[in-house]
Parts: sequence; C-alpha cells; structure tokens
Amino acid sequence: MKVKMLSRNPDHYVRETKLDLQKVPRNYDPALHPFEVPREYTRALNAVKLERVFAKPFLASLDGHRDGVNCMAKHPKSLSTVLSGACDGEVRIWNLTKRECIRTLQAHEGFVRGMCTHYCGTSFFTVGDDKTVKQWKMDGPEYGEEEEPLHTILGKTVFTGIDHHWKKDVFATCGQQVDIWDEQRTSPICSLTWGFDSISSVKFNPVETNILGSCASDRNIVLYDMRQATPLKKVILDMRTNTLCWNPMEAFVFTAANEDYNLYTFDMRSLDEPVKVHMDHVSAVLDVDYSPTGKEFVSASFDKSIRIFPVDQIHSREVYHTKRMQHVISVKWTSDNKYILCGSDEMNIRLWKANASEKLGVLTSREKAAFNYNLKLKEKFKYHPQISRIARHRHLPKTIYGQIKEQRIMKQARQRKEMNRIKHSKPGSIPFVPEKKKHIVAVVK
Amino acid sequence: MNGKVSEKSLLALSHLGKAVDSLKDFPQSASEDEEAIDGERNHQKLLEKIGYLDGKNRQRLAERSEASLQVSEFSVSNEGTGEQLDLAELLGPIKSSSSLGTVKKQLKKVKNKKTVDLPLSKEERERISREAAYNKISQDMTKWDPVVLKNRRAAQLVFPLEQDGVLENCIGEVLGSWKARTPLEKEIFNLLHQNKQPLTDPLLTPVEKESLKAMSLEEAKQRRAELQKARALQSYYEARARREKKIKSKKFHKVLKKRNDKKILKNFEELRKVDPTSALEELAKMERARIQERMSLKHQNKGKWAKSKVIMAKYDLEARKAMQEQLLKNKELTQKLKVPSDSEHDEDAEEENGLIPDIVNEVQISTDGPNPWMQRNHGITTKTPPIQKEPLSSEESELEEDEKANEEEEALLQELIERRSLRKGSEVDQGSQKQELTTKAPRRTEETEEVLAELRTLSEQINKKAKKRQDGEQSVNSSSAVSKEPSIQREEQPSLDERPERVQTMEALDTLGLDEAVQEQKVLEPVAERRRRRRQRRREEEQEQEEEQEQEQKQEQEQEHRPSKQKSPLKKKKEPMAALHTIISGKTHQANPLSAPIVVEEEDCDEDATQRQIIKEAFAGDDVIADFQKDKLEAEKASKPKEIDLSLPGWGQWGGPGLVISARKRRRFLVKAPKGSARKDQCLPNVVISEKRNIQAAAHQVNVLPFPFTHQGQFEETIKVPVGATWNTQRAFQKLTAPRIVTRPGYIIEPIKEKDVESSPSHLGPPTLQREARLHGYSHPRRKGRALKKAP
Repeated sequence: MKVKMLSRNPDHYVRETKLDLQKVPRNYDPALHPFEVPREYTRALNAVKLERVFAKPFLASLDGHRDGVNCMAKHPKSLSTVLSGACDGEVRIWNLTKRECIRTLQAHEGFVRGMCTHYCGTSFFTVGDDKTVKQWKMDGPEYGEEEEPLHTILGKTVFTGIDHHWKKDVFATCGQQVDIWDEQRTSPICSLTWGFDSISSVKFNPVETNILGSCASDRNIVLYDMRQATPLKKVILDMRTNTLCWNPMEAFVFTAANEDYNLYTFDMRSLDEPVKVHMDHVSAVLDVDYSPTGKEFVSASFDKSIRIFPVDQIHSREVYHTKRMQHVISVKWTSDNKYILCGSDEMNIRLWKANASEKLGVLTSREKAAFNYNLKLKEKFKYHPQISRIARHRHLPKTIYGQIKEQRIMKQARQRKEMNRIKHSKPGSIPFVPEKKKHIVAVVK
Repeated sequence: MNGKVSEKSLLALSHLGKAVDSLKDFPQSASEDEEAIDGERNHQKLLEKIGYLDGKNRQRLAERSEASLQVSEFSVSNEGTGEQLDLAELLGPIKSSSSLGTVKKQLKKVKNKKTVDLPLSKEERERISREAAYNKISQDMTKWDPVVLKNRRAAQLVFPLEQDGVLENCIGEVLGSWKARTPLEKEIFNLLHQNKQPLTDPLLTPVEKESLKAMSLEEAKQRRAELQKARALQSYYEARARREKKIKSKKFHKVLKKRNDKKILKNFEELRKVDPTSALEELAKMERARIQERMSLKHQNKGKWAKSKVIMAKYDLEARKAMQEQLLKNKELTQKLKVPSDSEHDEDAEEENGLIPDIVNEVQISTDGPNPWMQRNHGITTKTPPIQKEPLSSEESELEEDEKANEEEEALLQELIERRSLRKGSEVDQGSQKQELTTKAPRRTEETEEVLAELRTLSEQINKKAKKRQDGEQSVNSSSAVSKEPSIQREEQPSLDERPERVQTMEALDTLGLDEAVQEQKVLEPVAERRRRRRQRRREEEQEQEEEQEQEQKQEQEQEHRPSKQKSPLKKKKEPMAALHTIISGKTHQANPLSAPIVVEEEDCDEDATQRQIIKEAFAGDDVIADFQKDKLEAEKASKPKEIDLSLPGWGQWGGPGLVISARKRRRFLVKAPKGSARKDQCLPNVVISEKRNIQAAAHQVNVLPFPFTHQGQFEETIKVPVGATWNTQRAFQKLTAPRIVTRPGYIIEPIKEKDVESSPSHLGPPTLQREARLHGYSHPRRKGRALKKAP
C-alpha cells in the first residue's frame, strides 16, 4: 500500500547562511493572480504619470560667454569636456562635472564660425570671420607661455564651417568651396566645388569616413567623396538647409536641419525622397546632432526650443525650453548618450538630460528592474488613450503654443485647398504629391 | 604600341589640318623697342580687319609671335598662308626619302580611318565622373545593410558596441597556460579528465550529452504522462477496491461476484475466438476451480452460514432465496463434466429430462421439508440452460439445434426460453445504458474526476460491444448460453419481441446517427426490417415537408410529440434534441428538391401564388426571422450577468489532487447575479441593442487599431500577455522587461566601425532586408528593382 506523507527537502527552505535571502516560494498559477491586464494597465498609468512628475530635464546652465554661443564641439576622449565658441571670437572649454569654465581664449576677431576637435583629442580647430583656420592645443599653455595657436592658416575667403576627419589628420572647411586640408600643409589638398554659392556647413561621415556632406545657401545639399575629389550628388530642397548630421550607426543616413521648420532624414543612396520628414518646430531649425546610439537626434531651433526626435518618427518625443533660453544656435548630444548641450543666443550653454525623467546616479538593481518594468509597461500600453495623452502632454511657452496652432490651421487650409482643387478638376490632372516629395525640388547628378 | 601612338598623333594632326581653329588669340604683347616691326604689324592687322569687314573670311589665324616653351610639336600653325593646311602638302617632302616608308604606310592607314569624335565638354565629363563615383559609393554602402538591419531589429542593443571581447578568448588561454600544482588541484583535474569534462564549454559532459540524446524531451514527456496516468488509475482502483472491500452488504458482494463471474466468462468467450490455446488453458483453470469446489464441499448446507439460513428459511423469504441460490451454485459447480459425444441434443434432452427430479430431490434434501414456494421458484430458475457446459461444445450443439429446430419440439421450447432470457438480458443492458445516458448529464455538471469519466466510458463501450455481439447472435438465430439471470418475465408475449429495438431505431433516424450504439444496432438489423423502416421514413419525410411548408414551429412541436407517443421513457432524451432536429430538418429541406408538392400547388393556384411560390423556393432554407430571433436570444443570454463562484478549492480543507468542493461551500460562496435593469430592446422585437459598451471604460480603451497591427487579435495578444513579476518568474520577467538600449554610464559610444560589417551575420538575406526597408521607409532603388523582378 502506498503511504503518502508530507515530506520536504530542507534544501528548499533552509538558508545556507543567515546572510542569504529568504527563499520565498511563489505560485505563478494565473488563476491565483487574476486581472492581469487591468492591473498592468493601472501600473502603466501610474508609471506614465510618475514619468511626467519626475520629468525635470534641466541640469545646469554654463554661463561665461559674453556673446551668443555660435558653435560647440565635443571632446572625443573625455566626456566631461566640451568646447564652445561665441560670436565675439571667444572660445571656452568647460568641465561638465564641475560645471565651470576651465579655459578661455580669444580665438578670432568676429564670430567663431565653426570648431572641431582632432580625433585623438589633443588639439582643436577653429574657423572665424577673420578668414583664418587656427589649431589649438587642448591643454592650456604652460606657465609663462602665451596663449597662441599651434598653426594658423590664412585663407582667401571667409570660412563658415569646419569638420575633422574621424581617422586621418585631415580636415575640411567650407566657405565658397569645400576645401580639404592636410594638417601639415598650408594649402588645401583639394577644393571641391559645384556651382558658386556659400556653403554653410560641412560634415564628415563618421562611419564611411571619406564621404562628406555639405549644405549651401542656394538650398542644396551636396555629397562629396574625398578620395576621388569629386562631388557625388546634389539635392535641392524648398528652402535652405542650415546644417546636417550623419547617423553614427547607419553609414548611409543623415539628417538635414532646414529653414522650413522641418528636418529631413535621407538615405544617401536615394536622395530623391527623404526617408522621413520630421516636423514639430515652429521656426527654422538651426542645428542637429545625433545621439551616439543613432536612434534619436536632437535639433535646435530659432523658436527657442530644442526637440528630440526618434529617427523613425515624424514627431518629436520631447521638447525642452526655458523662459530665458533664446534662439538656440548649436546643440550637441554627449557621447555617453545621457546629456544634451545647447548653446543659445543669450550667451548660455545649457545642460539637459537626454531622458527627461531619468534618475541620475547609481541605481540599485531593484530600481533598475522597476524602471525597466515601467518602461515596458509604457511601451505596451502606449496606444491606450489615457496613457498616450499623459505621455504626450508637455508644457509649452505661449509663443510656441500659439504658433503651433497657427501653423496647424495654415496646414489644414493648404490641405483643404489642395483637396478642393483635386475635387474640382479633371480626375488625374492634379497628381497627389506625398509629403515627402513636396519638399524636394530636384536631384542633380 | 609605339606605332599606335604615332598613328594617333598623326590622326590628330590631320584632324587639325582639316579643322579650322575657332578660338583665336589676339597677338600677344609685342616687344616695345621694335617699333618699326610693331608699326608693320599694326598695319597688317588693320589690313586684316578690313578684310574681315566683307564678312566672308572671318577666320583669324593664330600667330606665334614669341618663342615659348609650351609650343607643342603637334600644334602646327598654318598662320599666314591664308589657306588650310593639307596633309598631302605635308607629305610632299617625305616622298623623296625612302627611310620614312613605315610612316607613309601608317599615314595611308590613317587616311582610311574615320575621325575621332569631339571630346565631351567639361560639364558633361564631370557629370559622368560624379555619377560613376556616386554609383560606386552607393554600391559600397549596401554592405552596411545587414548590420543596420540587424541593429534596427535587435531586441536589445548594448552600447558601446565593442564590449571587452577579451573574455571569450581569455578562458581558453588561461586554461591552456594554467597547470594544476597542488595535489588537490591535480585530483580535481584527474576527475574532470576522467569524465571528459570539456573545458571551454563546461555545460555538459559527453556522457550527459549522450544521455540527453538518448531520450528526446517529447518522448520523456509522453512517457511521464503515461506513467502518471497509470499511477492515477492504479491508485484509483486501489481506492475502489478498498472501498468495496469495506462494504458490509452481502448482497452487494454477491452481485459483485456474479458480475465478475460473468465477466470472466465473457472474456473467455472472446479469448476463445481470438486465441484458442490460451482459452484452453483458461478452461483448464476453470476446470480446476470446479474440481476444487467439488472436493471442498463448499456451497452445501454444511457451513455455519448455511445452517443458520436453513433455520431462517422457514420464516424469511430472503433466506430461502439465498439458500436456493447456494444450492444452485453448488449444483453448477459440482456438476460432472461429460465428455462431448456425437449426439449433443440427445444428451441435452436427457439432461433436461433428468433435471427436474434431481433438483427437486436435492431441494427436498437440503431444505429439510417440502416448501412449495421454494420448489416452484427453483424449478423456474433451473429451466435456464446449463451454463457450466463446455462452451465450445455448446456452440456446436447450437448449430445442430438450428438444423433440427423444426423437428424437435423440446428443442424449440428450449430455444424460445433462451431467446426470451436473452432478450431480457439485453433489455437490462439497454436499461442500464439508458440510465447512464440520463444520469450522465447531471453527473457531468458536477466536478467529477477525469479518471472516473474514462472508466465510465470504458464500461459503456464494453456494454455496447456485448450488446452488439448479442444482437449478432440473435440475427443468426442461434442461441447463446450467457445470461444467468433468472427470467422473471416469463409471461411476456413473444409478439412484443422487437419493440424496444424498433423504437430506438426510430429515434436514431430522427437524430440522424447521433447515438452510435443505436447506429451499430441498425447495421446489424435484418434486411427486411430495415426496408420496412425505410419505407416508413420516407413516409415521414413527406409528411414533414408538407408540414414545413405550412409552418415550421408547428412541425417542431409535432416532432417532439411523435416520439413521446411512441414511447414515454424516451421523452427525456428527446427534448434536447429538438433544436438539433430543426437544423437537420432544415438541411433535408434544402437538400431535397421540393418537386412533388410544388407541382401540385402550381397546378391549382393562380399567378400570384406561383410568384410567391417561386420566392419561397428561392429563399427556401434561410429563415431570416428565425435566425434573427435566435441571435437575439443568444445575445440576451450572453449579456445576462452570470453567477460568480468564489469558493476557493483547498480553503479550509485538505488540498491535493482529487479535490472536490462540497456543495455546501459552493452554495455559500456563490454570488448570485443581480437582476439588473430590463433590456432596452425588450419591447422591440426586431432590434438587438447591444449593452456591452461601458462608457466609463471606453475612455480607457483603444478605439482604433494602432498602425503596425493588421488585426485586432494581434493587438489584443500583445496586451494580454502580462510582463510583470507577479505573473512571471524572475528570469522571464527580466527577459520581458529588458530595455531596448543599454548604455554603460561613463563610457563613450564610438560610431560603428568597419569591422562590424565582417562580424555581422550573413544569413540576413536580401528579401527580408527589402521587407524591413519597406517597413521602415528605407529602400534602395536598385534593390527595389531587383525585388520587383523577383516578385512574380
């Protein structure tokens, strides 16, 4: 006969040492834990509310410049160092952990138009309105030494931008043409021109390092190949592109910040149509920078706000603004994917969290698990109206809010007109042009 | 090579000669001091200009005015001559010298050749070079596609991308360089080596792997399930046996024993058919048991119990019966076996003849006194055929009986008796089956164990089989000697023979083969009977059709009534079938062409009626109103609040498998559904107003299917699966909530490197890429074209 008895293995409930955690037996039978969807929904609702409660992205303001901050550069090796150039020709180097300026130098007369760092972080380059390119040491001068540039190159025309190659001792400037310079020489290796116009910015591709992109004031974006010393292709948009930025994880993708309030993400291989048109700004977009993960980018606008866009979405996920922040001229996403820096007209550099409600500092594993869970819940229930409403809600300055409304009305009117036109004309005579194609004027081979 | 070059140059030369220079330079700066020459030149110029004025000779010829390093040997100037240079003129002086023969030949060749096209303009050239460069680069860029795709799809990306890849190599290196030194280490290593513990992938040893291979997971699971089932069955049987053993009722045990005997006999019958040798063995066993019985003198009136019964028998009918039974048993067991002889029938007859006196004697002996009641009863029971006879011979005898049935009156009588008893047995069987059928429904509602249900079905099957066999035997008109039960209903009329069966088959017709057992029976029925029934069925169907044309509901009622008239006990079973019946009847309606009745109607009705008839015909079968009403009824039923059972199994009682919640508890914890308000569409017969929508909840619900989902089910599926730790194990929870992007604080994330292309998996084919690209809005024109070609 079988005798059934209660028997337990001590291994299942006895701790080896008293420091061990108590084993808590748990029954995962779904019947014992009913209402999973409503419960998770409630949790998601709480999570999204808490996210809004804790969304305090502004960290610090770095003040010291005596004129608007025109350009910024990241240090390639040090996360805590950032460089900025102002409209009065002053360059400052900042320590972000201490939030203070560690070095100041008068680099140019007039604007500092552009600056970039050497890929190994030993020096940096500035270009200014005084038609010079200057190379500076990253470390300050020794005691008694004078603050002097390592090299100074005198150009024939004004340089409006500069970018350094990611692997070689080569940099590119732009002005009337794109010049590619060897660091050791005083004359450019080659000059790349295509038509006559002033080029506002030039950027090296961080992945396929021999490819450059530039944008000129006659509304075009031109791609170049440094090896063959030829331009590759030109795309002409509706309005002028102020700057562009390459995706650091996807070699063929770049985003252009345009005067028509939009940003355009292009696939380099098919320029006749952007992959995405990002629209949320209400004024010209002045600068754009990719997050180092290549999943998002931040844009600075003349409308006194910065916005964060996911690469594959039309609308921004975040907008940052403060009362005192004026037109934002330059913006950078730090290399650890955590912070955003923006330099604006009113002489300040602001430090923001890239993720507004993120908790800074070291997290315990339980905190991490909770945050991850909340993140997942928000993602899971993001289509639910209440949750999406809360997650979407942002406070905006009155001006921006009003302008958004106004532009919405304008857009609707345009759409209505187009629809009416289509409706009242011969079918097929007025083709439907998708939004992506509307802004592309031509692609020049 | 050289010759070719010279040929080319000459070609150019000739071209130059023929072509007229369109671009003319004005004379370069002349030297200041030579004024006289200057004056001459000016004069010349003036003349030329005057010459140009006529508008005919506009070509201005280049003048070489100073010696220059950049003078090309090919740019032969024809200035001053006023006419074009001709190749023939140039060749003139060459004629004399013979050393230039080769050149002459080449020139001749050149003359025959066509001239080269004009070189492209600078813009054009640049454009072409740009396009070539662009194409090449965009071609190069495609190498990033798999990487980009992988990263876009990745469930999780950890940045910086280059983790310290040292660790992977490290283990092998460290293990290679490291050696065991201490005796303990050596011992451990020895042990590891003996087990062939792999060093780099230390998860499983070869032995373990083999053992894993030996049995797949599924097999193991299956086997485990089987074992579990067997164990459960075993324990169940044990429990039952124990329970039965505890039962004190002697009657019960008696019945049980009888049943067992019967079963054994049945098994034996089967065995005899299937496996004669083992059947023989079994027979031998039975023989042995019988002999033992005979020897042990059991079941006689010697025992304590028997004696007491004998005393009781005078006053108690039960005791008397028991006594009789025992005696019967004794008789059966002690009956001496006869060797099967040639004429069975004679023996049977003899036996029958000799039966009554024998028993009477015995009874008289055993009961110690004449008891007419007992005697009579006994006599009746003993009329049943001898069971302990050897079955093999009995069957043979049966066959012989069939042959001689008409001849022997006694044999006929015997057969009749047998048949009756048999029928009785079958009736009992059927009765039990019916009982089961009827009792099954309520029983099912209770929470019974699965095992029990299985057993029941098993027993049912056995019953059915037995019945089938019986039927078979009946149909061949052979008698079987199975039933041992006393045939109490001797007085039953033989004319009633077929009745229960027929009713059942009618039933089967109505329900169209819903009852398998009945169907089986139907198959085994004699042909004539079947034919008769078919006729009847046809008649019924015709009737049905007519009725349906008139009114459906009425017909339903009819259908319900008819069987009840035929047999009342079947009514219970009939009722749930009503709905089904209507469906079936609808089907038959559709299937059968309504030819006969319609034609008749057409003949005597007017135009309007025919029209109506046509419509009726067209929409025959789809009764919209009835469907709607049915739907509405269903909707009403669905929307009604249900009772909630809050009783927790195992709460306040012992838990474990086979837990049954007591009725009292269930009653106590049952939350009755509130009455609720009346439905809005209660008074609206043609409307169903759904009352599902909850306005409070609607504010929280998604009312539009979000973009990436194509079907509601997909979306619901994503919501349904809980991710929290409340519903998932720790490991699953971690996996489910793993963030898309992980960054290490304080680390610089570099752009992706060229070498990542090589490390990326190559199995990501272009079709998937294409699809992904389309999904993300990324696409490459060249790839697009290729994909399109592939598509059809």
